[in-house]
Amino acid sequence: MSKRVDVVDLNVYYGDFLAVEGVNMNIDAQAVTAFIGPSGCGKTTLLRSLNRMHEVLPGARVKGQLLLDGEDIYESGVDPVTVRTQVGMVFQRPNPFPTMTIRENVLAGYKLNGARLSKSQSEEIVETSLRSANLWNEVKDRLDRPGSGLSGGQQQRLCIARTIAVKPDVILMDEPCSALDPISTLAIEDLIGELQQDYTVIIVTHNMQQAARVSQKTAFFNIAGTGKPGKLIEYDDTTSIFNTPQEKSTEDYVSGRFG
Amino acid sequence: MTSSLTQSDKRGVAGDRVFSALTVSAGVLILLTLAFVALFLTVNSRDAVYQEDQGGWILTAFFDYAYPLVIGTLIASFIALILAAPVAVGVALYISHYAPPRFSKGIGYVIDLLAAIPSVVYGAWGMSFLGPALIPVYGWLHENLGFIPLFAGDPSQTGRTIFTAGVVLGVMILPIITSVCREIFIQTPKLHEEAALALGATRWEMIKMSVFPFARAGIISGIMLGLGRALGETMAVALVLSPGMLTASLISSGNSTIPAEIALGFPEAPPGSERQAQLIAIGLVLFLITLLVNMTARWIVSRHKEFSGAN
Ligand SMILES: Nc1ncnc2c1ncn2[C@@H]1O[C@H](COP(=O)(O)OP(=O)(O)OP(=O)(O)O)[C@@H](O)[C@H]1O
Ligand SMILES: [Mg+2]
Repeated sequence: MSKRVDVVDLNVYYGDFLAVEGVNMNIDAQAVTAFIGPSGCGKTTLLRSLNRMHEVLPGARVKGQLLLDGEDIYESGVDPVTVRTQVGMVFQRPNPFPTMTIRENVLAGYKLNGARLSKSQSEEIVETSLRSANLWNEVKDRLDRPGSGLSGGQQQRLCIARTIAVKPDVILMDEPCSALDPISTLAIEDLIGELQQDYTVIIVTHNMQQAARVSQKTAFFNIAGTGKPGKLIEYDDTTSIFNTPQEKSTEDYVSGRFG
Repeated sequence: MTSSLTQSDKRGVAGDRVFSALTVSAGVLILLTLAFVALFLTVNSRDAVYQEDQGGWILTAFFDYAYPLVIGTLIASFIALILAAPVAVGVALYISHYAPPRFSKGIGYVIDLLAAIPSVVYGAWGMSFLGPALIPVYGWLHENLGFIPLFAGDPSQTGRTIFTAGVVLGVMILPIITSVCREIFIQTPKLHEEAALALGATRWEMIKMSVFPFARAGIISGIMLGLGRALGETMAVALVLSPGMLTASLISSGNSTIPAEIALGFPEAPPGSERQAQLIAIGLVLFLITLLVNMTARWIVSRHKEFSGAN
């Protein structure tokens, strides 16, 4: 299953500091949406507010609505824990659980849900998740080795496997390739293309080519200056953003004439 | 022949040498100190196990003397650990992950203050307040659970039992275990905590998934530090306990610990006497127990090294 995400008048704060202001956008299901923009414009902040990870930081809060297939995840009474099981997240730096084996890492989300899995069920989940993360062939002989013993790119794919194992509706990725070499990056980009068939994927990237390669829609964010809130400047089909942007600042940014 | 590669930063090299010499000598100094203590204890405890006029080796006599003290020491320390460790881990977790930031500083400060109280004060508190306060509890335990050997025997009328001593020790080692655990808990990488949260973990599940595995070695070290203090604590136990014969009952008077025995016996033992040698010999035994405890802790910590996250 994959769900549509609608952002309505969203303001995101760190204490009194307004980091992201007035975002309105409709993110398609079963598509890849890229967030681009200069450093500090609030891409990470916005992304983390999509699965209520933002509020984990002390003083951090959100105003506005965020609809997951029409249901507001910020409505009072909504449990952030439930939201996070439906909206998975892959971080900038690979973060497999260091004390767990590769197998346990993949099953970590299941363990949380309290699911009792038979041995064959868990074997199957491990295999399909690792296969969808294009990691199976590399690790099938060492599932009981620690996850931290893999290369950076493999660790990141393990984290993706861990995220898709619990079948979320939306997958958020914050610069998932920024710590990886070009080959691993390509492997993950291919993977994102495949994930799109089953999930809503939202990816933050600093790499224009990557945004152009993997996404159907692109959102460009910008800030007027330091201390000012980040804003959504332009949001359109990726081809339009890169070829016929409507805003001057978008054009400057995607053509590398920024700043 | 000098090339640009064979030349080196002379001052940097000298600094490096000095520093490594310093660290090596510090290490050697510690080993030497340990060796001298061990040597002193061994040499001076000779008379406790070998007496010419009693027909040579008197190991059994010494063993009969020492084993009740060893058991008493272990019991008191064990009670202290059982009581203190869970509380310490809980308090540390509260400070690091639950308390509002404004609060946690204050609580940490109070806990650290507990560590600054001299052990005589704890001893006096145990003897004159905690002991008497526990008398009804001992009475109740004896009446209702008396069939268990631990609570058999006449309940003490002064409350100065091995159990009271264990509780006092527990309070004494609470701060050290708490501080160590808190330090470690705080250092849990945000990355791993968020990994758990993003998978839909509740706060407690996040703690089980990220914080505890990361802190495992640290918790064990903290507990071992506490145990070390409990094993060697003298004043508090000497004041609280009215020493006596070894008994399985925790609530009757009786039992004693090695440090208390040494503290109470040493001033009365004539220098060079067999009695003094005996006291030094049980000191050696305590030294060995502590060594063993620490080595076990190291061993526990070093298992599963690859899974520690240090790589
Ligand atoms: N924990 C925090 N507390 C306070 N302010 C923060 C915090 N994290 C980020 N900010 C501020 O919020 C704004 C947006 O930061 P954010 O990390 O979302 O930017 P970004 O677009 O992801 O940048 P980058 O491309 O460098 O990752 C910045 O001004 C930043 O200083
Ligand atoms: Mg960012």
